[in-house]
Amino acid sequence: MKQDRSTTLYLGPQHPGITGNMMIKLQLEGDTIVKATTHVGYLHRGFEKLIERRNWLQSFTILCRMCVPEPDPNEENYARAVEQIEGREVPERAKYIRVLVLELARLASLLLWYAGQPGSAGLYTMGQWSVGDRNYILDLFEELTGGRIYHMYIWPGGVRRDLPEGFGDRVLKVMDYLEKRWKDYDRLMFDNAIFQKRAKGVGIINPKKAREWGVVGPPLRGCGIKSDVRIDEPYEVYDKLDFQVPDMYKDGDVWSRALVRRFEFLQSISIVRQVIEKMPQGPVFNKIPNPHKWVVPKGDALVKTETVRGESAFYVVSDGSNKPRRVHLKGPAYIHGFTLLEDVLVGANLADVSFIMNSLGTCPPEMER
Amino acid sequence: MSFFNIKGTVNPLTALAQFAKKPHTLRFPEVEVEAKDRYRGVHYNDLQACIGCGNCSTICMNEAIDMINIAGIDSSKGDTGLRPRVDNGRCCWCALCVEVCPTGSLSLTKDYIYVTEDADAFLWTPGVDNPEGVNLKSFVSSKEHSLNVYGRVPMKELVGMERVKSFAEVVLGYEEAEARLEASRCISCGICTEVCPEHMHIPEYINAIAAGKDEDALRIIYDNNPFPEMCGKVCTRRCEEVCAMTHRGVEDDPHDKGAIAIRWLKRYVTETAPTAERIKEIVNPEISESNGFKVSIIGAGPSGLTAGYYLALRGFDVTIYEALNKAGGMTMWGIPKYRFPMDSLDKQVEYMESIGVKIKYNTRVGVDIQFDDIYSNSDAVFLGIGYQKAWTLGIDGDDMPGVIAAVDYLREINGGGTLDVGNKVVVIGGGNVAIDGARVSARHGADVTILYRRRVQDMPADWEEIEGAEHEGITIVPQGIPVKFIAGDDGKVKYVRYLKAEMKVEKEGARPSPVAIEGSETDIEVTTVIGAIGQEADYSFIPESFKDKIEINRGRIITYEYNQTKDPKVFAGGDTVNKTADAISAIADGFQAVKGIVKMLLKEE
Ligand SMILES: Cc1cc2nc3c(=O)[nH]c(=O)nc-3n(C[C@H](O)[C@H](O)[C@H](O)COP(=O)(O)OP(=O)(O)OC[C@H]3O[C@@H](n4cnc5c(N)ncnc54)[C@H](O)[C@@H]3O)c2cc1C
Ligand code: SF4
Ligand code: SF4
Repeated sequence: MKQDRSTTLYLGPQHPGITGNMMIKLQLEGDTIVKATTHVGYLHRGFEKLIERRNWLQSFTILCRMCVPEPDPNEENYARAVEQIEGREVPERAKYIRVLVLELARLASLLLWYAGQPGSAGLYTMGQWSVGDRNYILDLFEELTGGRIYHMYIWPGGVRRDLPEGFGDRVLKVMDYLEKRWKDYDRLMFDNAIFQKRAKGVGIINPKKAREWGVVGPPLRGCGIKSDVRIDEPYEVYDKLDFQVPDMYKDGDVWSRALVRRFEFLQSISIVRQVIEKMPQGPVFNKIPNPHKWVVPKGDALVKTETVRGESAFYVVSDGSNKPRRVHLKGPAYIHGFTLLEDVLVGANLADVSFIMNSLGTCPPEMER
Repeated sequence: MSFFNIKGTVNPLTALAQFAKKPHTLRFPEVEVEAKDRYRGVHYNDLQACIGCGNCSTICMNEAIDMINIAGIDSSKGDTGLRPRVDNGRCCWCALCVEVCPTGSLSLTKDYIYVTEDADAFLWTPGVDNPEGVNLKSFVSSKEHSLNVYGRVPMKELVGMERVKSFAEVVLGYEEAEARLEASRCISCGICTEVCPEHMHIPEYINAIAAGKDEDALRIIYDNNPFPEMCGKVCTRRCEEVCAMTHRGVEDDPHDKGAIAIRWLKRYVTETAPTAERIKEIVNPEISESNGFKVSIIGAGPSGLTAGYYLALRGFDVTIYEALNKAGGMTMWGIPKYRFPMDSLDKQVEYMESIGVKIKYNTRVGVDIQFDDIYSNSDAVFLGIGYQKAWTLGIDGDDMPGVIAAVDYLREINGGGTLDVGNKVVVIGGGNVAIDGARVSARHGADVTILYRRRVQDMPADWEEIEGAEHEGITIVPQGIPVKFIAGDDGKVKYVRYLKAEMKVEKEGARPSPVAIEGSETDIEVTTVIGAIGQEADYSFIPESFKDKIEINRGRIITYEYNQTKDPKVFAGGDTVNKTADAISAIADGFQAVKGIVKMLLKEE
């Protein structure tokens, strides 16, 4: 009798290595994956539908929840889309504060990646550090917005509250600290022979495919392609800030993607410092009408931000009533974690599945909304 | 790459240095960790400042808040008596409720830890279940950050000295965009409706205006008030006094306190119906078939007309007997035309007549027709006769020529007469009628002084009337007690003599009263004195035998539920019944009587 070495394995939807609730059906030959089929549907909360029943203001409280590690771009995108449809001006200071929040969120999210990426290779110390360090950013968020994870802070017309007294100094202190820590992380993670061995040559995406599949963010930049919404289609005040987008990491593997993020961590610190320095005085909110009767004129808007996972777009439609007709999110995780993943996993080792998922920024909450 | 990566093996080991360092982790709960100043933890509510408007509840998309009765807090004017209860299990800590709380009573606190097995225990009434929250407030409401729009859209008016040149309407009305904007401020809490004597559907018609549906708004108003234009122009607007927006509007707007301009919005809506025909087209009332019952109404003032209108809609055969040649009562003969123009009133009355209200003009009951006849020929009678007779001043010389009553003067002028008051007028009194008399005299070129016993802030007149008078160049002499009128050679009044008064608190807690200062006699030269210290009813048309049947006490007819008098067939309303003595109270009385008559005769609600 011929021996069949093929196994079918269902990874997830509850599995600590999976970056949220989703499931992958793996066809294995020994330890090698020959086919991967992603299954989502375990985390569908119907945010987009729920928003259709909420007024323009009420919608804003739910949007951040579309993505746990980096909620703020959703708030910013929604606010900007509504402002665009309405023609509502946003005070300059509010725009700077928005960028501050977005970059702090990026740093916080990168710190989670610093935990997840090595963690999924069994290197747990790094995670203890970076999650602990992330807490300093959450403290800043708590002080600024009143919330640690979900901030509900950027809303149409500006932001909810101005910076508290002395906030800028406290931000700078955390930035100095993180910059120092960045070197510690290097020693622990990037210098680490095990990590290097696990990351190099694993989960390869070639640049041509990356283009064709609509790959964005670090996975795209990890193929040596320079692309970043903050530079390509600057929003808020990114055009007034100086920062670099890496195109020197070209291998398309987990390692290249890791180097991209490592590089961007420092860029964000630099952006935050510039924002604190350049931020003008002035109001932070161009007040909306009474929220119960706030009507946004008929129209639509498509807006984009560069999230930590890559380009994320919101399409918002108003039918001229007091509720959004449609708010649609096209996030990077959908491409990376749902379709691309199936392709990248073929030929990979079973042990690398969550390692690769982490490197792609797979985020089931954002995929399913 | 070398076979053995030394750096890659050694560098990670530097992490061991961490053992020698202080941990980042805080040993909670051994170490207290206080949340930050904007933290959004469980709610706290200042129960005394809260007015139970429910705006927190309506904004909450998680339906985490319901409004409940709690012990020790009763509803009162401007307070529903309800307080928010929060289901902390549903709350997402967005604090939108805080941002829309018009009083600022609601806040979120630094308190966030709560462990229980009982799911129902997550229902908290902030302020009741966590009195300690008062010291933990963190995410607080402020006027600056509030999402309520506290400032009122200003109303354009003719400038003061321009006004006195004619009887042109002073208030110019809202433009469409202004009305929409003003209407959009309303939070629909409905606290106003309780205070409105007629309990008009205020949030509903304001919402319609905000949504650009003016005709709907007019229909909504007509549901229980047939005088939108009257109320839109001259209503005493008790509703605005309690508007939720007033709680933070006072510093920018000491008089209106930023209340939604409910009256002006009503006024705006009536502009969609400039004629009686348009009113009829828009309201498109359903008129019941004749039910065979006859109702007679005495007096075509706001109360009588309101009763007449809604009774006619219900199929009653309605006849109104009116002594004078026009309908409207004091709103026609008392209120000056620069506040309430003739055609504003006429079209409303014309519309009523067009749906079947019969008005017999120039028919004074007691003279042209006897009360007994009306009584015996009707299934029900409504008395809406108002206060037509002015009180005499009771001062030495008050019967000499040149001393007249404001209501008589206004009646004359409003009727198109030309009573000449000369160029120096003193008006005695501090109410709206006094000010109307003064402002009308000013429009006839007189130099006008208002003499009032108490201080300006004690004047019962509406602040906007007082201000209006001042802008028109009228002098107010407060703390002046008239004591004597002195005639000139022609026998006509020539001087008013008054004593200056000081305000004294006679009894502790009592309001200060004026006490004349001896020897402070001052004379003012006058051509006319206008007295405006009050009016009363003229019941002379009611036969003595009948007066007992309907109970008249201290000049007022006593009524019971549905404005019914002791004689079940007789209903009464307006100034002769209520103490508030304004148009909307008269309208409310008329409306109540309709309900009573329908119930009594048709045996239905
Ligand atoms: C100068 C002045 C200014 C005012 N300004 C305002 C204001 O700005 N806002 C406001 O809300 N209110 C105002 N009021 C008060 C308001 O006009 C009255 O409260 C309201 O008109 C009372 O309505 P009513 O139906 O009781 O009687 P009235 O309006 O007094 O009408 C009674 C009618 O009955 C008729 N009548 C009386 N006896 C007989 C009889 N025997 N036979 C036939 N007919 C008879 C009278 O001719 C009169 O037309 C003002 C009043 C005055 C005098
Ligand atoms: S919004 Fe404020 S004032 Fe109104 S019921 Fe809620 S807590 Fe009370
Ligand atoms: S904080 Fe938000 S979710 Fe919670 S009760 Fe207030 S409005 Fe509702």
